[in-house]
Amino acid sequence: MKYGILVNEGPYTHQASDSALAFTKAALEKGHEIFRVFFYHDGVNNGTSLAIPPQDDRHIPNQWSELAKEHNIDLVLCVAAAQRRGLLDESEAKRNSKAASNMIEGFRISGLGQLIEAGIQGDRMVVFGD
Amino acid sequence: MEDGDQIIKKFMYMNRKAPYGTIYAWESLEVVLIAAAFDQDISLVFADDGVYQLMDGQNTEEVGMKNFSKTYSALGDYDIKKIYIEQESLEERGLSLGDLQDLKYEDEDDDWAEKDSIILISRAELAKVIDEQDVVFSF
Repeated sequence: MKYGILVNEGPYTHQASDSALAFTKAALEKGHEIFRVFFYHDGVNNGTSLAIPPQDDRHIPNQWSELAKEHNIDLVLCVAAAQRRGLLDESEAKRNSKAASNMIEGFRISGLGQLIEAGIQGDRMVVFGD
Repeated sequence: MEDGDQIIKKFMYMNRKAPYGTIYAWESLEVVLIAAAFDQDISLVFADDGVYQLMDGQNTEEVGMKNFSKTYSALGDYDIKKIYIEQESLEERGLSLGDLQDLKYEDEDDDWAEKDSIILISRAELAKVIDEQDVVFSF
């Protein structure tokens, strides 16, 4: 089955990111396809390269980044939600004259159309959040 | 459902939170406005505290947040014609349809006659409509 996944909450504050990661890993292990993981609302904070969780805790942004590298899955941060919350890739930082970018490898920034497309192209859309 | 090469699915956008305490209502509306461009079969639901999103006469001056409530009245122009309001959610909050904005669309198949977009629906009936959907986004 081909899955679209939506993550609506930020890491650590809410379990949604952990659940979405676990679901994504389980789906891949079972041989399913992940069409796209789309991050919206505070979910865009999953894509930060600046998180430093305590050493005895899980590193959620790194886990997404490694998963993307390993399985070549498409991780997309909503551009409007990301800009509001100060999540920028290099080109967004440059375009908005910001001093730095802070998006971790494996993610990309794009528009909400990518979420709708995942709904159209996927067999199932699974939403993580409240 | 396939219409030539174009896949048309039933998309439901479920709004369950009050408009200004969190950003969910506003960002949900942003999704809906983008989604309208994709020619899918769209319906919106307002349930639980989400019914407050459509309250008539909103004024956000004192809270310093953008009053986006006027945007809902433009949904008809985006060809969004099915806006379900859960009856029990209204009643539990002491509200009735008269407390909400009057949302309309122009029916192109009926000489552009103005028609109501709002559909009052019971919790039990809403469960059936949700069941018919291909994609349900909950915000």
